[in-house]
Amino acid sequence: MRYKMRKMNWQKTRENLIKIFFEFSGIISIAVLAGIFIFLAFTGMQAFKEISFAQFFLEKEWNPTSYGNPQWGILAMLAGTAYISLGALIIAVPVGIATAIYLAEIASPFMRETLKPIIEMIAAIPSVVLGLFGLIFLAPIVSALFNINSGLNALSTSILVAIMTLPTIVSISEDIIREVPREYKEAAFAMGATRWEVIKKVVIPVSSSGIFASVMLGLGRAIGETMLVLMVAGNARAFPGSFLDPVRPLTANIAIEIKEVVSGDLHYQALFATGLILFAITFVINLASDIIIHKQLKKLKP
Amino acid sequence: MPKNIIKVENLNLWFKNKKILKDMSMEIAEHEITSIIGPSGCGKSTFIRTLNRMNDLIPTCRITGNIFYENKNIFSPGIDVTNLRRRVGQVFQKPNPFPKSIFENVAFGPRLYGEKNKNKLNSLVKKYLERVGLWEEVKENLNRNALSLSGGQQQRLCIARVLAAEPKVMLMDEPCSALDPISTAKIEDLMQKIKNDVTIVIVTHNMQQAARVSQFTGFFLMGELIEYGKTNDIFTKPRCKKTEDYITGRFG
Repeated sequence: MRYKMRKMNWQKTRENLIKIFFEFSGIISIAVLAGIFIFLAFTGMQAFKEISFAQFFLEKEWNPTSYGNPQWGILAMLAGTAYISLGALIIAVPVGIATAIYLAEIASPFMRETLKPIIEMIAAIPSVVLGLFGLIFLAPIVSALFNINSGLNALSTSILVAIMTLPTIVSISEDIIREVPREYKEAAFAMGATRWEVIKKVVIPVSSSGIFASVMLGLGRAIGETMLVLMVAGNARAFPGSFLDPVRPLTANIAIEIKEVVSGDLHYQALFATGLILFAITFVINLASDIIIHKQLKKLKP
Repeated sequence: MPKNIIKVENLNLWFKNKKILKDMSMEIAEHEITSIIGPSGCGKSTFIRTLNRMNDLIPTCRITGNIFYENKNIFSPGIDVTNLRRRVGQVFQKPNPFPKSIFENVAFGPRLYGEKNKNKLNSLVKKYLERVGLWEEVKENLNRNALSLSGGQQQRLCIARVLAAEPKVMLMDEPCSALDPISTAKIEDLMQKIKNDVTIVIVTHNMQQAARVSQFTGFFLMGELIEYGKTNDIFTKPRCKKTEDYITGRFG
């Protein structure tokens, strides 16, 4: 009897320990996220003691090391980020959505089982490898095609970043499209709709917000991409006039300059402020797309 | 017997290697309601889904035999399936309005067939919502999402959606099995009102319903058509022992 009691107690303690372990693991990831944010915000916000918001966001000149007259405008680099990520979306969205529709609605089960893992494998390519590919293969082609000195510009980078965002867009869109209930499609088929009409009038409208969210997630990836961008974007600080100009996005700028700054000085803090802004943008984008995807799945499964 | 609109000849159907329908032959009378009864899994739903070739969507489905719709074989290569489905509409067991507005649901067919004129669409939507007795209930706000309607309203909306395509035949696959008795009564009334325009084939597991609404009844068992005739005869003097056992509730 006593032995049994002891055993029961031990079992209970063990259950509790296991529970605590899992809870702790969960809390760690939240703590890490919060910690990174606090760290970034703490250091980054100090930059704004000396740099005004207007100066930081609205001026095109970024020249922190200029003797006597340092300049702190990130607008040119924001434009670089915008060029690359929007350029990537212009390429990746039509290709990605078309692929997702093909996989979910048209491909035979065999084709889907084969193609989807291959597309998801793109996500496993280290971005430095894509960067090499861009440097050696794509940039020369772009420079020859447009007859410019260097192919290291926003266009080449957009193409490569588009490749990186494809798995996100395809994989999530396809999941959402496959959640469209069979009943809706059957209803449309039974009205005499062709396969294409069913896709256009039922499948896409019903899954549109989820597809939109997948594009947002792709955008989040594109904005945060660093290594590839560092290698291929050209990294000029000037405000880009077109897709054929070299650009220096925010991520690349941090990576380039952080090695050269003195820990704790204003330049250092300004780079952290840039990081804070990147973090805020991607955080909001990811959170918003998460909410949209959840809502969509709930809508499809009442 | 009145004029036939559909004629089924020696129909056999398999899913993979499983034979679902066995050598079926029957004729469906125009402007009448024909009900198909039988226990679950006897092939009722599969049968009506063959009439508008919805089974084409199932890759493992194989069919032999002929079905004539207005004297044309629906399996012949020259048949346009989308056109056939436009003429032979279907209402499903579970109400399945699109997650769009009430208006868009009814306008789906006309839009699909190329109607763009907003006034024409407005009047069609009104006409068919009135037809199914839904107009008074929803006219205040046609932009409401169809999924916010009650189950019975949704099913009537689905019927309106089918009717707006102006079909000659409407297949109904247990249309009331998910509905309450009042909604069911409304749909049965509706069927009587529209049968002069649309021939109805209804699958039902509810024998009272078959007796109430239909002029002809077919009894299916294990993929075979056991007995087919006037509803009154089937329910009062069935020729076949199995039919009698089923309608008196001895199995099923």
